[in-house]
Parts: sequence; structure tokens; C-alpha cells
Amino acid sequence: MNLQSTAADEAFRNDIAAWMRAHLVGEYAAIRHRGGPGDEEADPALRKAWERELAKGGWTCVGWPREFGGRGLSIEQQVIFHEEYARAGGPGRMGHIGEGLIGPALIQYGSAAQKQEFLPGIVAGTTFWAQGYSEPGAGSDLANVQTRAERQADGSWKVTGQKIWTSLAHESEWIFVLARGEAGTKGNKGLVFLLLPLAQPGIEIRPIRQLGGGSEFNEVFFDGAVARAEHLVGAVGDGWKVAMGLLEAERGTSTLGQQMHFLHELELVIAAARATGQDRNPGIRQRIAQAWMGLRVQRYNALRMLSGESTTLRREALIGKYYWSNWHRDLGKLAMDILGPLGDVPSDDPAIRPLQQLFFFSRADTIYAGTNEIQLNLIAERGLGMPREARPAVG
Amino acid sequence: MNFALTDDQIMIRDAAESFLADVADSAAVRKAAADPRGYDEAAWRRIAGELGWCGIPVPEAHGGLGLGAVELMLVQEQIGRRLLPSPFFATVCLAATVLREVASDAAQAEFLPRIAAGALRASAPLPSDAGGWTAAASMLRATPESGHWRLQGVAERLPDAQDAELLLLFAETADGPGLFAVPAESQGLQVVTAEGWDGTRRFSRVLLDAVLPDAARIDEARRADGYARSFALAQLYVAAEQLGAAQQCLDLTVAYTATRKQFGRAIAGFQAVKHRCAEMMVRIEALRSAVYGAAAQAAGDAGVASLQLECAMAKALGSDALFACAQEAIQLHGGVGFTWEYDPQLYFKRAQASSHWLGSADALREGIAGRLLAPDNTPPAMAV
Repeated sequence: MNLQSTAADEAFRNDIAAWMRAHLVGEYAAIRHRGGPGDEEADPALRKAWERELAKGGWTCVGWPREFGGRGLSIEQQVIFHEEYARAGGPGRMGHIGEGLIGPALIQYGSAAQKQEFLPGIVAGTTFWAQGYSEPGAGSDLANVQTRAERQADGSWKVTGQKIWTSLAHESEWIFVLARGEAGTKGNKGLVFLLLPLAQPGIEIRPIRQLGGGSEFNEVFFDGAVARAEHLVGAVGDGWKVAMGLLEAERGTSTLGQQMHFLHELELVIAAARATGQDRNPGIRQRIAQAWMGLRVQRYNALRMLSGESTTLRREALIGKYYWSNWHRDLGKLAMDILGPLGDVPSDDPAIRPLQQLFFFSRADTIYAGTNEIQLNLIAERGLGMPREARPAVG
Repeated sequence: MNFALTDDQIMIRDAAESFLADVADSAAVRKAAADPRGYDEAAWRRIAGELGWCGIPVPEAHGGLGLGAVELMLVQEQIGRRLLPSPFFATVCLAATVLREVASDAAQAEFLPRIAAGALRASAPLPSDAGGWTAAASMLRATPESGHWRLQGVAERLPDAQDAELLLLFAETADGPGLFAVPAESQGLQVVTAEGWDGTRRFSRVLLDAVLPDAARIDEARRADGYARSFALAQLYVAAEQLGAAQQCLDLTVAYTATRKQFGRAIAGFQAVKHRCAEMMVRIEALRSAVYGAAAQAAGDAGVASLQLECAMAKALGSDALFACAQEAIQLHGGVGFTWEYDPQLYFKRAQASSHWLGSADALREGIAGRLLAPDNTPPAMAV
């Protein structure tokens, strides 16, 4: 066990911090600490320009292998990058679905032609992606995909159905879709993983208005939308495998960057407590201390995860999502309890607006990417070896 | 930056686990708790002798192993799992830690080799106050009298002091609190031991009107930080025990619910049961992360201010997590969880007893809040 970092790591940390100081200025100063879940509607055009700025500096896809245009950073360096990016107030990444999800999936499962076609646009910050997994009838039961993909005589696919909760679809050029490619199959069998351009006649995007008023998620309707033959990733029937591999990639080194953003939020909460005099309220003081402890726990938990402390059970990895999402939701409630009546009115005040967004959007945290209930099933089943939930026979 | 345990650390942990599985099963722990001594002498002799655990935090120069907070934390976790009644905690986690951090070189040279060799049982107060050792000094007064000290008053809450040979006592002096090494056989000293609901760790009060040599005062002015450091480390070692105990509550519950059948099936299959076990695991793994993190800070170069925060956090989480897990263990065992025969009651009693050692969760959180909300708060407190 060793919490010290090497001189090389520290030098690398300083490099990133210096780059951020030099570049997150001028017009980009307006998007410091902006964007990200709950604030995705904050100036998407400027944040896309920022993606290109990052790309010019070689700071996109830092964990990808060099042969695919990445920076080939080690795990430690990726952690440092994400930490320093967030510490500097780096905007929520418009390119994160491309960089974090579909890119790694193509690197692992894509054809040479697919890599050549798609990876450079992701690295350059010029092509943006949306994720088409969830459906109205396939939420927690993600394998219950009803969207159909029918193979045409020329090998292309005709896609019909509906996807939901696709974040940033209205700001993206491409979508990857999990669809039923073999008629009559059920569950995780017979699925295909397809890449489709969003700008085509068979696709309609409708925003979903969230409880906090924003609309960063969408419904995407497919009515005979076309995926070209060469845009099938893997083989017919491989869809589930590709999709799951990609969900695994979702949990990784960016966790510590996420925590840096949480720290920023906690600092806003503490500032609000000082401003309102709630810093003298004993109950609020207890909750602020509890929030700080929860953030320390997340950090140490992530360090355990990255160190492979328990290589077989990975208990710390299993609890990660449940822990942070519930912590974050509690932080939102604490923020609003501190604000009191100030929180009740929609505000543009930079000391209040982010806390209102936190309060409302964190309600989604315990639902998306595996609800609390699904997380507890996974923890009990994988972490404790308790009996599995009954699942319908898969055909 | 690496959180992985070294091979040696894993070896220490695994050896402790298997040794304690042999000597400290439920029957053995109950027998030891009922023993007039309050512990199993044979198990203690093996810990002090062949296993060499007493030397873990003692520098090699004093005959110890020269290891640190991480190794001691790992052993404490295993001890906590079994609720092993033993002089180990008082002697090594409390007394040796206080000696290391507060005492003069001469006093360290006198006592640490004997502790490391397992030849000396010692104790020091374990106050229920988050504010540090000074609370333990408030009822004991040390007055210099031509070439010796007179100690008058009471020292409260000494764990497993019933047959310790050395007592480390904090006393008020004219120049603030001081640390005194008091042989248990001193004239004018009476050790009064109570048997608590938690039979696995006894507490004594020490009544004194004793004359001690000048050299009995052993604190060292230049180790002024040592009071805070040793208090924080003691919190860490209590938290490690709480972690182990909470883990055992979960393990017992998972095992029991897998065999208990109702409505024709194991109750472990019901989500109402599964989810509560999963929530126990979440609390335990969160606590484990906090305890490991605090131990890594202690073994590294953390300043006293951040060490205090880290260890207060570990202890606060430990108190809450252990109580939550112990009461869930009783609930999920159903009727048998309410019996003397099944083990959840032992953990429930330890959970309540340990909840206030070195500060209750509420008091510790208030202390953390005080630091986070102090007007001059700067990065150390907020650094992540």
C-alpha cells in the first residue's frame, strides 16, 4: 500500500494542469465546470469546439492505444489526466460516448474498415455518437430488445423500433443500436450491433422533458432506417457480447475525475452553507461531514479498484455505482436543504443553479446504468453468492 | 500510488485469519470471556510468542518487526471478526502506540522491547471522547514532590487492565497533561474491573494515591504531536476491529439465510433478504476502503491534521457500519437471532460498546465538520 506518486507522475500532472490553464481560457472560460450529466444542454456548440481544441493538444482518447490514434497512457496516467481535467473545471465531455464506449468497442470487436472509418473522427473530436440500448420495454431487462433489424438483399439492415434515454442524440451524427437481427429469438440471443447515421429519413428524434425541466435525453424512433452491411459490428448474434463488453469499459479510470467534479459540488454546498448561515446548524454540519466522508470513501474505493486489491471478488467494484449514485443523490438533497427557500425558485446564480441541477438530475443517478434494485441484486448474487433472481428461459 | 497489499501483508493477514479460526471460534470466545482472566491464556501465549504479533508496530531497534499501521490494521480486522478477547489490543494497539508517539527514547527503550517480546502486558485509557487523550487526564492529578511524583485520583476506562503489568496513564500536571508509566503493582493503586455486556473486552478503573519515581513521567516535549497521532492511530485500530466484526455479521447472515427454509425455499432467495445483505456489504466495503485509506495515510507521510481527519472518519464509519450490520444480523436470523446461543448478540454488544470508544460517530462528524467549515479551511481538509 502506497499513496505516494512518482516524480514522473507528478511531472505529468503538472503538464496537464499547465495545458488546461493555457487553453481553458478566452471563449472557453464560459464552459468551465459546465456540461456533463444534468447540464448537457450547456452550450453544446462551444463544447464541441472545445473537443477539437482538446484533440489538437492530443488530449482526447488518452487511454486508447497509439495505433488507433490514442495517447497510450498507463492506468495511473489516465487517472491523473481525468483528475486534473476535472480539477481545472474541464467541461463535461461531448465526446465521451465515442471515446469511452463505441471507440473501445470498435477497437475490440470492429473490423479494420470500421476502425479506419470511425476512430479518427472520435479522436479528432469531430464525430459525436449516441447510444441506442434502452427501449420502453427494455430498461432493467435490457436484453428484452424489441427493435427489429431485417437484413436486405444487398446485405444492408432495415431497422424498425424505438430507443429511449439516448443522451445527446440531437447533438450526434451517429448512433449504435442493439437490435433483434434474427426473427423469433428472445433475450440476449439473436441480437445485432449496428452503426447508423442519425441524419436519415427513417429516424426521428424527440426530446424527453425531464423532471428538472431540461431535455438531454431523447426518444429515437426507427422506421425502416438503414444500416449499411459493413456497419454490423461482430457477427449476427454477437450483439449482446459487444454491448456488454462496452458496458464493462464504462467503469474505469474516469471515476476519479468524476470524484473531482463531486468535490467541486461539495465545495459549492459548503459555500452555500456559509452564505446562508446553515454552517452553524448542527444537523447540517453532521451531513456535511458525512458527505465529505462519503467522497473520501469513493476515492479510496476507486484506488482499491484500480490496484486490483481483491482480484477475485472485486467487491469494491461491485459497490461502486450504488455507493456513488446514492451519495450524489443525498448531496443534492443536502444542497437544497441548505438553500431553503432560495432553492425553490429556478435560478441562474452560479452559486445556486448547479445545486438545483444536482438536486434534480441526481434522481436519475440511481436509475440509469442499473437501478439501485438491480445493483443490489448484482451485489447479493455476485458479491455474496446468494441465489439468482428468476429469469425467463432464454430462447 | 498503489493500494494493493504486498505479499508480506497478505501473508500476515492470512496467517491471522487461519490462526484465529483455530483458536477463536464461537465456543472458544465464549469460554474466554467467562474466564476469570477475561481471555484465553494459551492463545495469548501463542500470539505473544510464536506469532510475534506484539512486535508488529515496534521498531527493529527495539526488537520488533518494524512494520506499521497497515499490518497492525490487517491483524486487528481479523481479531475483530472473531471478537478475540486478548490483551493484544490494549498492549500493542494502545500502549505501544502511545509509547511510540509520545514517550521519551529512554522509556521506549525500556518498555518496547518487552512488549515486542510478548513479555509485558500493558494498558492505557480508551476514553469515550472524540477530543483526544486529555479527557483521560482530567480526573488524575500528578504533583511533583521532592524527587518523585504523587498521582492522585482516578483513571477511567482501561481495557483489559485486569492483569496488565504496566499502566500508561495521562495525568494533569502544572504544565498540562503528562504521560506516566505506572507499574500495576505500585503501592496505593487499585484496579477495579467491571464485566460489561460485551464480555469480550473488559474495562477497569484505576484508583490511585501513589508515589512514583521521578522517571515515571515519560512524555517528551518534542513529541507534542504524538498525543494527536497516537489517538488517531488508536481510532484506526478500533475501526479495523469494527470492520472485521461487521464482516462477520454479514458472513454469519449469508450462511444462515442460505440454510433457513420458509415457504419451501431458502430465505436467501427473497429479495427482501438479499437486498439487505447487499446493503450490509456496501457499508462494509465502504468502511474497508476508509480503513485501508487511513492506514495507508498513517503508513505514509500524512501530517497529523490529515491523519486525524482520516482516522476520525474511519472510526465514525466503523461505529455506524458495525451497529447497522449487527442489528441486521439479528433481524435476518429471525427468532434465533434473539437467542444467547447464536452469535449475532455478541457482535451486537460489541457494536454498542465500541460505538463510543474514542468518540461516537456524531461527535467525530462534528469534529470533521469543524475542520471543513473552519474560516481558514484550506486544501488539506478538502483535498481528495
